[in-house]
Amino acid sequence: MWIYEKKLEYPVRVHKTDPRMAKFLTAQYGGPDSELSAAVRYLTQRYTMPTNKAKALLTDIGTEELAHWEIIATMIYQLLKDMTAEQMRREGLGDHFAEHDRAVYPADAAGVPWTAAYIQATGDPVTDLHEDMAAEQKARTTYEHLIRLTDDPGIKDTLRFLREREVVHFQRFGEALDDIQEEMTGKKIF
Amino acid sequence: MDPKQAQLLREIQQLEFVAVELTLFLDTHPGEQEPLNDYNLVTNHLNQLKAHYEKMYGPLAVYGFSPMEYPWRWTDGPWPWETTHY
Ligand SMILES: [Fe+2]
Repeated sequence: MWIYEKKLEYPVRVHKTDPRMAKFLTAQYGGPDSELSAAVRYLTQRYTMPTNKAKALLTDIGTEELAHWEIIATMIYQLLKDMTAEQMRREGLGDHFAEHDRAVYPADAAGVPWTAAYIQATGDPVTDLHEDMAAEQKARTTYEHLIRLTDDPGIKDTLRFLREREVVHFQRFGEALDDIQEEMTGKKIF
Repeated sequence: MDPKQAQLLREIQQLEFVAVELTLFLDTHPGEQEPLNDYNLVTNHLNQLKAHYEKMYGPLAVYGFSPMEYPWRWTDGPWPWETTHY
């Protein structure tokens, strides 16, 4: 069971209209290393984790990723909501308008729809946690690219928060992996 | 959104962020006492602020999360994606 809270995890402040930035931000809404991929990946892998710590961590990080997915959607929604068809066409979003109007849609920055092929669940916890750590690094890198693509201080601030979360998630996954590997080898190294 | 509501919401976001961060930390360090104390401290404060917010501005959650006053205000806007500058 999940409970929805009628608030964002972190504020979104969009100061100016910039439809191109909305298109770039979809990288994190429906791209390979997006918040959607992160949430589905962790909430899927958790079922076959061998330790309770890993089950808890994947549940809780997967849930936080859904909150990040909502933050990205909010930025895209606000960047597009006052655009006309003509403006969107001029700014290179005519293809988006043709299929989605000003709706938020899970595709990558080039318009390729989200697919479960972006994620894995191998049933091997060591393999899955390595994928998760790599995914956090890829998301961090994507956020760094996105920060360089805008000069809106509000968008930059929210993206910096999201980037920082990827660093923390990477750290926690590393600890869960160490814990599983110690248990597998049967010896604790401190 | 009026500035008072925005201010209270911002305080809730800040406290809940601490709770999220401590949750993830405790998932991989369940034996540690000090972060657990912090978690309880933040949780108490957060629940107080949420109860106050809900009384003033309507529910933050449904499904039995907290009691509701008449009329049903869950359907009131703005929704989180519609609010800016808070
Ligand atoms: Fe993450």
